[in-house]
Amino acid sequence: MVTTGQLRQAAAASSGMSPVTLLRITIILAVLAAWEFLAHSGWLYRDVVPSLLSIGGALVRLLSDPNYYFNLGVTAAEIAAALAIGGSAGLAVGLLLGGNRFLSRAFEPYLYYLGPTPKIIFFPIMIMWFGVGPESKVALGTLSCFFPMALNVAAGMRQIDKVLIRVGRSFGANTRQMVLKIYLPAMRHPIINGIRLGFGFALIGTLLAETKLSNKGIGFLIIQTYSIFDMPGMYAMLIVLFVLAIGANALIGKLGGLDSIKRN
Amino acid sequence: MTMELSPGRLSRRDYAASCLGLGSFIAFLLMVEALIRLGLLNRFIIPPPSEIIASFGRLFLEENIVHRFFFTAGECLIAGVMVTICGIGIGVVMQRFNLLQRACETWVAAFASAPLVLTYPLFMVIFGRNAWTIIMMGFLSALPPVILKTIEGISGTRKVLVNVGRSFNLTATQQFWKILFPAALPTIFVGIRLGLIFALINVVGTEFLINFGGLGQLINDLAERYDLAGTYAAICFVILVSVLFFMALEKAERWLRPVN
Repeated sequence: MVTTGQLRQAAAASSGMSPVTLLRITIILAVLAAWEFLAHSGWLYRDVVPSLLSIGGALVRLLSDPNYYFNLGVTAAEIAAALAIGGSAGLAVGLLLGGNRFLSRAFEPYLYYLGPTPKIIFFPIMIMWFGVGPESKVALGTLSCFFPMALNVAAGMRQIDKVLIRVGRSFGANTRQMVLKIYLPAMRHPIINGIRLGFGFALIGTLLAETKLSNKGIGFLIIQTYSIFDMPGMYAMLIVLFVLAIGANALIGKLGGLDSIKRN
Repeated sequence: MTMELSPGRLSRRDYAASCLGLGSFIAFLLMVEALIRLGLLNRFIIPPPSEIIASFGRLFLEENIVHRFFFTAGECLIAGVMVTICGIGIGVVMQRFNLLQRACETWVAAFASAPLVLTYPLFMVIFGRNAWTIIMMGFLSALPPVILKTIEGISGTRKVLVNVGRSFNLTATQQFWKILFPAALPTIFVGIRLGLIFALINVVGTEFLINFGGLGQLINDLAERYDLAGTYAAICFVILVSVLFFMALEKAERWLRPVN
């Protein structure tokens, strides 16, 4: 018996689009239409919801502005530094705690409960320690990405197949060989997952710190658009930032083969 | 990601490990105190731990920290209620209509990985510099996990339970309230727990950033007055509150989870 769902699917297939794609396009068009209606309705203060045309214009101006790329470079460098420092520290601590049950019992609860606390409140301390320059932003990003990395790696280390560890030991591998040949390859997915989470937290930490106190970077540009009430510019900047953040997140997952785990 | 904390009595080894953890923490504080008193660490950058502990009393007497705590708790509560109602509602609707779920679930997941807290200047323009901006930031960041976990919970209801409902000729509404929702509740609560954690982080963070409200604003105020010991003490207080909050949520989640 042919169901209505199958009929709908067949109809959509004949038009070259799946029902899911059609629905997605419909939702996007409906949202855009509602947005444009709201922009012209006068229900909100002028420019709180700017027209799509002015956001599009701001987007073009933004993407053709060399100053934007300079600030993007500053933020990207800060995030990369934070990820490198916090990620390496998290990896080392995670390996240590994951490989030693006693140390894990002693110190992991502290990491576990400190992990989800709001890191931005440490920013005044970072300013006192590292000054108002990019160093304090890197420090906050480092602190933000350290915890998810360490906790993921420690959890991943405990989940390594015991057979692999026994194989390594039976071959008489030393600690360095065990780490390089057994632990790290077996923990590829938890590590990539940690990097992915760490990247997200480093990004948020760094950008929030920039919005609070800085004179360069994307966070600074966002708060500047707020100060001069350039709403189309703010929307344009947030759109580009969200696309970049979601894209980078997906890319890290893809490079690490995380999507293949879900399919299997 | 939850820690494997074995319930029941601690073994001797576990007790020794806990002592090592706590002992290391106390030793670290003593070492910092000694280094500051010896002049090896600058007390105008890192205040002595004894001063930080002493300034806790000042936070209660002069800075009205209890009132501030309830202000922040109130914002979290409102964001939590909003996210529970909206998140579960959206999740149920998405799960009910398969096509809608297939079309939008990846969007919700992408929304979860977006740095939503950075939209706070936008909300300041819309709502002004007030509690609603803070509540909305908490609400927005908490929404995706509640939606995703609601979908997961209802979709994961055991077939046999659904069939029991069918055999009793339950209507769709009865099937939802008597079978699907109770079965999905533990998973939904995981989403609410995650959502509340995100809400607390973002509420305190936004308070700090826009210098308005409760505990977040207190840290900002103290830092701007260069009251170092007070700033450190306020940060410690927020950490303590956060940790107690997570512990309480975990306890509630364990209570809801059926014993396997």
